[in-house]
Amino acid sequence: MTSKRKRHTFVVYVEDKPGVLNRVASLFRRRAFNIDSLTVGHSETISESRMTIVVESDASDARRIEANLYKLVNVVRVHDITNTPSIFRELAMVKVAATIETRTQIMQLVGVFRARVVDVAPDSLVIETTGTEEKIEGLLEVLRPYGILELVRTGRVGMVRGKQGVAVEPSDHVEDEDSASDDSDTDDPNVSYSV
Amino acid sequence: MSNVRTGAQIIWETLVREGVKTVFGYPGGAILPAYDAMLDYPVRHVLVRHEQGATHMADGYARASGEVGVAIATSGPGATNMVTGIATAMLDSSPILCITGQVGSRAIGTDAFQETDVTGVTLPITKHNYLVSDVDDIASTIHEAMYVARSGRPGPVLVDITKDAQQLSTELEWDPSDVKLPGYAPDLRATEAEYQRAADLINRAKRPVIFAGHGVMLSGAMGQVLDLAERANIPIAMTLLGIGGVPAQHPLNMGMMGMHGEAWVNEAIQEADLLLAFGMRFDDRVTGNLKTYAPNARKIHIDIDPAEFNKNVKVDVALAGDLSMVLSDLSPLVESGDRTDWLHTIHDMKGDVAVRDIQNLPDNGHLYAAHVINDIWRITNGKAIVVTDVGQHQMWEAQYYRHNEPRTLITSGGLGTMGFALPAAIGAKLANPDAEVWVVAGDGGFQMTMAELATIAQENIKINVAVINNGYLGMVRQWQEFFYERRYAATPLLSPDFAKLAECFGLAGATINTRADVEPAISKARSDERTVVMDFQVEQEDTVYPMVPAGADLHKMIRRPSLAPIVETADDE
Repeated sequence: MTSKRKRHTFVVYVEDKPGVLNRVASLFRRRAFNIDSLTVGHSETISESRMTIVVESDASDARRIEANLYKLVNVVRVHDITNTPSIFRELAMVKVAATIETRTQIMQLVGVFRARVVDVAPDSLVIETTGTEEKIEGLLEVLRPYGILELVRTGRVGMVRGKQGVAVEPSDHVEDEDSASDDSDTDDPNVSYSV
Repeated sequence: MSNVRTGAQIIWETLVREGVKTVFGYPGGAILPAYDAMLDYPVRHVLVRHEQGATHMADGYARASGEVGVAIATSGPGATNMVTGIATAMLDSSPILCITGQVGSRAIGTDAFQETDVTGVTLPITKHNYLVSDVDDIASTIHEAMYVARSGRPGPVLVDITKDAQQLSTELEWDPSDVKLPGYAPDLRATEAEYQRAADLINRAKRPVIFAGHGVMLSGAMGQVLDLAERANIPIAMTLLGIGGVPAQHPLNMGMMGMHGEAWVNEAIQEADLLLAFGMRFDDRVTGNLKTYAPNARKIHIDIDPAEFNKNVKVDVALAGDLSMVLSDLSPLVESGDRTDWLHTIHDMKGDVAVRDIQNLPDNGHLYAAHVINDIWRITNGKAIVVTDVGQHQMWEAQYYRHNEPRTLITSGGLGTMGFALPAAIGAKLANPDAEVWVVAGDGGFQMTMAELATIAQENIKINVAVINNGYLGMVRQWQEFFYERRYAATPLLSPDFAKLAECFGLAGATINTRADVEPAISKARSDERTVVMDFQVEQEDTVYPMVPAGADLHKMIRRPSLAPIVETADDE
């Protein structure tokens, strides 16, 4: 009940080997942690891929996620950058219905949001935008009345500000517990959760 | 001499260099090249009757010896039959290496004959696994797999090798130091401040309890745990897998905790002001209801796996690392202490336990499982390796066979795998050929893997098998008795004549149904050169006491009714 759930962002460096994405995804599934988004691509090191994983959890679960990720042999480093000053971005492409009458209005909105039109067709536009989830949500909200035909989003990527960032070996990741949580108050008394 | 070898030869050459002397397996199409090459290497191969048996044997071998046990099987069904054994080893942190054949690399993904995505199937139940399709990767992968299996928190590792990789040849390059695992750091160290916090908690504690888990033995920290306990006068409670890590006869060893733990042990935990959890993971079977668990106790948790911290029980200090290394740093900070009051309190908690102990029940014509196990303990001087199955007999073993040595109780704790005992005992015996090995199994679990009696006959293995035969799937029956109004759904169990069955396999058999016959049967079995299967036909509706119902408060146990009235009834007849 008292547990404070929020979105945690993990930067995870993994060995660039076949099947590693599956191992990471499987871990979240079997430990019953829900992934909000997961992106993966090359990193600054040739043999390592970099994942950005967003999970909604409380602080205690976030630490368990980190510890469990470290148990995967192919996981090299894990950083929970939720509370570290960071830049978060997501890319979205939106295909919007556009008539001759509405096209100009839409392009004005695109300008306001500093998005870009990357395709123009007689009855549609494709808009590309990069930004925080909030900015993308804002853009989608104003585009929705015109008719969103297609939408694709990459999910969040993140990078810590400043030179040091997460690209170096982190210090020990053991910290103090900030909140003791008891979130099992919603148990149905008629159902046995024990076996 | 040329260093060119086939992949199949490299498998064996690598295993031999890793010190492997015994493997448990079953051949088949995709692993045939490896089997063909095996004949040229000094490895004992034990032909099992089912691949599940191979994994349990490797597991029993590993638990009895502390070395990696090796199981081998073919692709598809051979590999999927291993799944239960792998999961068993995973939950009990047992180091085993499973090698499976895979269809040719070009056939992967085509639903070829006997093709299964084995690395996919076993991903969540292995510590790590590999698919090898290049002959050049075989040596380094097996070397790495052995290292991963035994280091850190041990566990099962599977290496799936395609048939073409076994058949192709390459230059064998062997570098024993060559492990490239940038993300694998099994050796952790806690900070000095954390040690000091832990020591302060211990030094201030008036009612502390040490929890000795499986990690005590895995880490080889038996002596250090005892030393700390004796110096600071701290009583010890054991988990099921912790049994043997602390001598049962030691005055500070209270016994087993948890669902079927001793009543006073659970009461002591609930009264404690500090828990020192050493190499254990607060499984639901030892905590009961987490909301009322050890309500007054601070908790110090030492474990090699940081993912165990704050998983079930919130702890005050968590020290990550190998228990033996952590205790080396922590113990010097702990002051010796006199905790006489606390030890007296615990002694008083034992209360009327003696009159409830079934051992004190006069012979009323009934044969109880606890008597059988107690007699096995007495007659073997508590020195046998006992391998149990899962169920009532397992809990009675934990209560009545008093183990003084580490690695002498081998049991499936975490997964609770019925059928574990017989094959695991074969592995334990081959790891310790001079040891006396006993199987204690129920009539249900024994029938799950009893085909391995043929393996025992073929390999000429001597063990003793005590089947605790109560005609029911006893533990499930007990739950039905307590929680399902005695509606015995699918628990009555018809069994074959186990003694005759043993004779069919070329082994010896015996049937025992009175208390007076137990001791002679045990003695006779011990002196028989053959494996003896003893069918102990015990009281059918006997119950394991005490019992903390699943999810109940730890101190709210169902106790054995006082035995006095039962004795009177018996006298009246």
